[in-house]
Amino acid sequence: MQRGTEIALSRRVLLVGTGASMAVTAAPPARAQASAPVEPARSNVAITVNGNRHDLELDTRTTLLDALREHLHLTGTKKGCDHGQCGACTVIVEGRRINSCLTLAVMHQGDSVLTIEGLGTPGNLHPLQAAFIEHDGYQCGYCTPGQICSAVAVLDEIKAGIPSHVSTELTAQPEATPAEIRERMSGNICRCGAYANIVEAITEIGGSKA
Amino acid sequence: MKAFTYERAVSPAAAAQAAAHLPGSKFIAGGTNLLDLMKLQIETPTHLIDVNGLALDRIEATPEGGLRIGALVRNTDLAADARVRRDYGLLSRALLSGASGQLRNKATTAGNLLQRARCPYFYDTDQLCNKRHPGSGCAALGGFSRQHAVVGVSDSCIASHPSDMAVAMRALDAIVETVLPDGSTRSIPIAELHRLPGDTPHIETTLGAGELIVAVTLPKPIGGKHIYRKVRDRASYAFALVSVAVIVQADGSGRVAVGGVAPKPWRVEAAEARLPEGAKAVTDELLAGAAPTRENAYKLTLVERTLRAVLAEAGSQP
Repeated sequence: MQRGTEIALSRRVLLVGTGASMAVTAAPPARAQASAPVEPARSNVAITVNGNRHDLELDTRTTLLDALREHLHLTGTKKGCDHGQCGACTVIVEGRRINSCLTLAVMHQGDSVLTIEGLGTPGNLHPLQAAFIEHDGYQCGYCTPGQICSAVAVLDEIKAGIPSHVSTELTAQPEATPAEIRERMSGNICRCGAYANIVEAITEIGGSKA
Repeated sequence: MKAFTYERAVSPAAAAQAAAHLPGSKFIAGGTNLLDLMKLQIETPTHLIDVNGLALDRIEATPEGGLRIGALVRNTDLAADARVRRDYGLLSRALLSGASGQLRNKATTAGNLLQRARCPYFYDTDQLCNKRHPGSGCAALGGFSRQHAVVGVSDSCIASHPSDMAVAMRALDAIVETVLPDGSTRSIPIAELHRLPGDTPHIETTLGAGELIVAVTLPKPIGGKHIYRKVRDRASYAFALVSVAVIVQADGSGRVAVGGVAPKPWRVEAAEARLPEGAKAVTDELLAGAAPTRENAYKLTLVERTLRAVLAEAGSQP
């Protein structure tokens, strides 16, 4: 809003200045006032990411996703739609998967965040990372970090007895069946269409752990 | 996103007071809807009051035998609560049919009730919309409207209410509890929380300035067969074209609420009295006065047929 006013005023001054020199003398004070720098609000937040504590001072508008990628340079977490529709930004906060694009970093004071970088390393893969490789659960790989973070949490949710839309009985212990996996993973889009292999990878790990 | 200042609220009353006294301020809880709208500059708050620290995240038994659900209880936790699953299956089912696992982990009970319409013309800031700019006009009326509401609409707005949870809560006669800026409290039957658009579709609820939802209370369980059937364009992670919530008792009496067809969760008690006559009679009464567009008139038939399927299911498994 303020930026818009600033631009509008500058333009008016420019137009007036070209037409009437008298107006130009009156313009500078108004212009100086309007162009006073507008400081976006900043706020402090301490977040633990993959076991490491970070004290950050951020523009309040910074999403958790942008804090991870642009400030902590953990670029494993991907920005897809930036509107909570694709799931590429999925991370695990305080043990729960969320869309990191739809939450502000400053709202996570004291929280522990687990990203794909914290799940495993090239030399010591998380079982789901290994399963995605084994089952070819990707093509371009852009959605994969979100898919894997989501899948880790899905198996925990099933173990915790959280029902899903496709659970026949609300009060029974759910199992990691392909139907349950498909429903629970619906917030993670794969435009390459590796869904069949993703479901196989998750089912293998979910089944072997059950 | 427009710049905003940020504070963490210390008490519900203080949050309500701050919101009432700071023009342009908004509460933020889960944020999954608000931040989406802020990125598109459909919402442009200048100050956010974060209510997540207010310890409103418990589900407690009430002396009357019901449940008091804190405003900050996440959709996942509400759906998974053992008492809700056992006694209010309709609510669990409605919650589980909505959004994605990631969103349900963040979205709150109060935020779900207050989420805004998903009308594409509301979301597109290049289009006319009386919700965004009162008096500017409604592009949906002459536009693509197959997803829009058919009943309770006006010449100003035909957006439907997107919540599944609210439809179940309407059938369950939930009560919304609030705190006002002066520290007093208020109880609002869920039927009276959402307003019909009339000629002021930008005013969506009966909440006053700064009024903060702190809990939703469910009356004691009424038993019966609970079914929530959602019809949508894909099998998961999509808004309802039509949803039907029923609680059917052994004697054939029951409750019916529907979603996807109105600007608020839609229930007409007089329609429920006609349950013995079957789905058509109930639907005729429920959707009396409907004003569909050419593109969404199919919803009248879809409600009737979905209700018929649901009543058959309820009857086959008494």
